Amino acid sequence: MLEINNLHVKLEEEDKVILRGVDLKVGAGEVHAIMGPNGSGKSTLSYVLSGRDGYTVTDGSAQLDGQELLEMEPEDRAAAGLFLAFQYPVEIPGVGNMTFLRTAVNAQRKKRAEPEMSAGEFLKVVREKAKTLKIDADMLKRPVNVGFSGGEKKRNEILQMAMLEPKMCILDETDSGLDVDAMKLVADGVNALRGAGRSFLVITHYQRLLDHIKPDVVHIMSAGRIIKTGGPELALEVEHNGYADLLAEVK
Amino acid sequence: MAVARAKDVALAARIDGLDLPKGGWLGEARSKAMDRLVAMGLPTKRDEYWRYTNPSSLVSAGAPTSAVFNPDDETPAFDQIGRLKLVFVDGVFDASASDDLAMTGVSIELLSDVAKTDIHWARDLYGVLETRGQSPVERPLAALNSAFATEGVLIRVSARAAKPIHLIYHSNSVTSDVMLHNCVKVEAGANVTLLESGPAAARFIQVMEVDVAEGGVCHHVRTQGRNHERCAATHVFARLAAKARFKSFTVTANGRLTRNEAVVELIGDDAAAHIAGAAMGDGDFHHDDTVFVTHQGERCESRQVFKKVLKNGAIGVFQGKILVKQGAQKTDGYQISQCLLLDEDSQFLAKPELEIYADDVKCSHGSTSGAIDETALYYLRSRGVPLKLAQSLMVLAFLAAAIDEIDDELIATDIRERLQNWLSRHEH
Repeated sequence: MLEINNLHVKLEEEDKVILRGVDLKVGAGEVHAIMGPNGSGKSTLSYVLSGRDGYTVTDGSAQLDGQELLEMEPEDRAAAGLFLAFQYPVEIPGVGNMTFLRTAVNAQRKKRAEPEMSAGEFLKVVREKAKTLKIDADMLKRPVNVGFSGGEKKRNEILQMAMLEPKMCILDETDSGLDVDAMKLVADGVNALRGAGRSFLVITHYQRLLDHIKPDVVHIMSAGRIIKTGGPELALEVEHNGYADLLAEVK
Repeated sequence: MAVARAKDVALAARIDGLDLPKGGWLGEARSKAMDRLVAMGLPTKRDEYWRYTNPSSLVSAGAPTSAVFNPDDETPAFDQIGRLKLVFVDGVFDASASDDLAMTGVSIELLSDVAKTDIHWARDLYGVLETRGQSPVERPLAALNSAFATEGVLIRVSARAAKPIHLIYHSNSVTSDVMLHNCVKVEAGANVTLLESGPAAARFIQVMEVDVAEGGVCHHVRTQGRNHERCAATHVFARLAAKARFKSFTVTANGRLTRNEAVVELIGDDAAAHIAGAAMGDGDFHHDDTVFVTHQGERCESRQVFKKVLKNGAIGVFQGKILVKQGAQKTDGYQISQCLLLDEDSQFLAKPELEIYADDVKCSHGSTSGAIDETALYYLRSRGVPLKLAQSLMVLAFLAAAIDEIDDELIATDIRERLQNWLSRHEH
């Protein structure tokens, strides 16, 4: 599904190297977690994959189902099936959440030469999905993320994911700023989307999210590289001992 | 002296060939307007309020030619709204295209039909609010209009009008040079919605005087024609008695030169006036909103909300003033002018002014100009929204606060769709 080879990335504006040769392969239907200390390049990886400006790829490649991602515009990556749940969802005053969602769904369908969703059909589906995420009608009407609490913003990300039905979902610290109940709700939302060949890359600092979203593979990232890969037990090890032992081990 | 003489020469050339009809109540009003005009002379770039907008095409002897826009190229304005239509073609009333002018509680007459009578209610309005609006800032083009306007509508509202009155201004001529003068008198407790649309002419000089009596309400919404090459100077003079309300909204999506002036006096207590505008300019587009709101009554509220989106070298101007007179206590005045610059070639020039002589007032003003929010754009694109469409969404979002000033949801929807269609032309 997702195959990253020897990815090197630096900041566009300054000579700061962030990713120093990331290799990662996520198979269809798999859930991978990336953990790592602050500043290890986890969020940068998610931004570079989704096409945010401000980064220069100096070497390596990233492919989604064999398509070279890094040469595509962000909207084309989305239409190809990539989705990033933001760590900090963006507020867009003046653009209604529903308008935004429907525009996005239909823009992707149009690009894939699929029939667009009618207003009625869309409304029915969005209401249903919103209900399971405990997103009320008022939140759907409000401008995108404006006045949303931290938890509401994250739930709104998962709603977008549910509506867009991507193949490859990247969750960038979706658990940050969430209380236990909200985390459970978000995790349930994600779990409901698992299967059918859909893959996930879950970026997190803490093991507790992985109690709810059970990963198949856990990677530890440090200083711009994946330094260790293992099963779910690796996350538990980090939880108990911190990163220091792992880092020392690699050195 | 040389300057004064140049002004005389310019004025003589501008009015050469124009007819100044005598007789009747209007003849008198016209000759007084002519006196005001001669005393002021035509505006030049040296005048304080014309420093950002070159009036040359408005004051030149003949109208600069303007290619005629094919009206089928866009949906007719307000056509989903039940309304009474009056159609003007290059400034001439087209009875066959217009509705019957009868409506309960509203009297609608054409200026040309009643000009020769000795007495008419409009005598107390025509040129009267315009004259009041000449101080402290001179508006010579308004006086020019009062003197030479060939047509207009006189509307007197004594009850709640059953439906909006829609003035449609078509233009079929590349050289038409038109002046229309409308008077609207809203009597105590009465209520009317006035819609305007269309380019009117290659060159259009307009005056509308609106007098709202106690507790009366007047809503005004207009969309200015998409003919790109036209030039226009419009003036709205409004006077509000106690508890009266006046709301005016204008959308402008094209035009080489547009100057929209609004001069509002809140005379009675507890009155409210909202003046708003949304403009989208591309290329050699120059759009100027010049607003002057005077608070005289107590506890009055005024809002000015102007938003412009500019690209490819378009220029936007905002000159907005709130004057709070002595004794106008508990005034609530608000003014915001914002510009979204889609590239580095475009310009926004803003001159917000507050002049306050009362000590217990709340007045605020703000002016910003900036580029589109790149993070929001990335967010939209990361969800699959193509760049151009994402930009359109952001532009509409930016303009939303001005459109929100329209009370009627059907009319607001019409305006939103108009802007959306206009933007989608530029998406591909």
